[in-house]
Amino acid sequence: MNLVIVKYNAGNIQSVLYALERIGVEALVTDDHEKIKSADKVIFPGVGEASSAMRYLKERGLDEVLKNLTQPVLGVCLGMQLMCKYSEENSTDCLGIFDEEVKQFKPTDKSIKVPQIGWNNIYNLKTDLFKGLADESYCYFVHGYYAALGEHTIATTDYVQPYSSGLRRDNFYGVQFHPEKSATVGEQILKNFLEL
Amino acid sequence: MLTKRIIPCLDIKDGRTVKGTNFVDLRDAGDPVELGAFYAQQGADELVFLDITATVEKRKTLSELVNKISHHINIPFTVGGGISSVEDVSVLLQNGADKISVNTAAFKRPELIRELEKDFGSQCVVLAIDTKKEADGEWYVYLNGGRTKTDMKCTDWAKQAVDLGAGEILLTSMNHDGTKQGFALDITYTLSTTLPVPVIASGGGGTMQHFVDVFNNGKADAALAASIFHFKEISIPDLKKYLARNNINVRI
Repeated sequence: MNLVIVKYNAGNIQSVLYALERIGVEALVTDDHEKIKSADKVIFPGVGEASSAMRYLKERGLDEVLKNLTQPVLGVCLGMQLMCKYSEENSTDCLGIFDEEVKQFKPTDKSIKVPQIGWNNIYNLKTDLFKGLADESYCYFVHGYYAALGEHTIATTDYVQPYSSGLRRDNFYGVQFHPEKSATVGEQILKNFLEL
Repeated sequence: MLTKRIIPCLDIKDGRTVKGTNFVDLRDAGDPVELGAFYAQQGADELVFLDITATVEKRKTLSELVNKISHHINIPFTVGGGISSVEDVSVLLQNGADKISVNTAAFKRPELIRELEKDFGSQCVVLAIDTKKEADGEWYVYLNGGRTKTDMKCTDWAKQAVDLGAGEILLTSMNHDGTKQGFALDITYTLSTTLPVPVIASGGGGTMQHFVDVFNNGKADAALAASIFHFKEISIPDLKKYLARNNINVRI
């Protein structure tokens, strides 16, 4: 399989690559338009800040490439947020693949910390991306912004309020947590994505 | 619901774990990769690798080790020990570390925290504080692995560091470390309830009840321990079951 990880100015690309290696899959890290377009599957990772990431993608024309992909695409963390319509993080217009908007966690209870760091469960799981997983499986999250619930929600998590920990529209999938760091649950999700 | 985290800490010297362990079921308990993978499989939520190597080759051996760890371990891990520059951190993150912890170097030059936050994000900057309660009842910051006292109060330094961009605090009580008499609940509670970032409590965990106490009374977000796990005095699956029975939300 021809698997591509989109190279841009976001963190954790290396972690995703290593996680794929652990399940025996090689991937190419590239920002080359043709190589991304011709891949069988595309992973769009990300740890970082929305506006600088979007600016970087636009400057290189990667925003148009990503929006028009027809093969299965998996956005991870910031990658998923950038696939949404808009992010409150520095008022950023994003790719608009998902209609859901990205908002900042604003807990009224001071004991709830932002960003959320740690293991939380995902429930109301839909689509084959979560095949074989128990409802309420635990995944590892690190984020201060969240995608609201909407018609594209395929997994829900509770922090401050229920939000989308997974989204899907057509060939586009996104997860807010880090499958590459979510132990065997995360490995199963990566394997499921590769089998879509 | 977000769970409370259990974090084993592995001390590393020249690429090997130190402080012997009695894991007879491991081929090589001195191999940090194998021991870390064992803990991950047992249900540890994260790992901390603390490098205490003092040689000039330190940087190279550590980055090689981190690379090996990230190829084999499927949970997040933090690397600490003598990290003092953006370049140190960049190499470790490129080799797959999720977070790095800074201690003495950040105290001596607090701007380091801001530089790390700017380049890599606060989510990967853990400030480690070694603290000791003195006769005046105040908790003070110690440096150089607890050998050097400062006049800085722990609460003041923690607040300053968070303002500069630290994303988590790893708090070790020198009064409690190694005693197995329980964690320092008062200072843990103070930091946990006044800081907007997670606090990892370290030092003193000796029984499963101590972990219940540090979560319920200390309000810690995570608890770290070393020898009780290495010497199998407490197994992680048993600890998590015990916590769950005590209504503490953990990943099982």
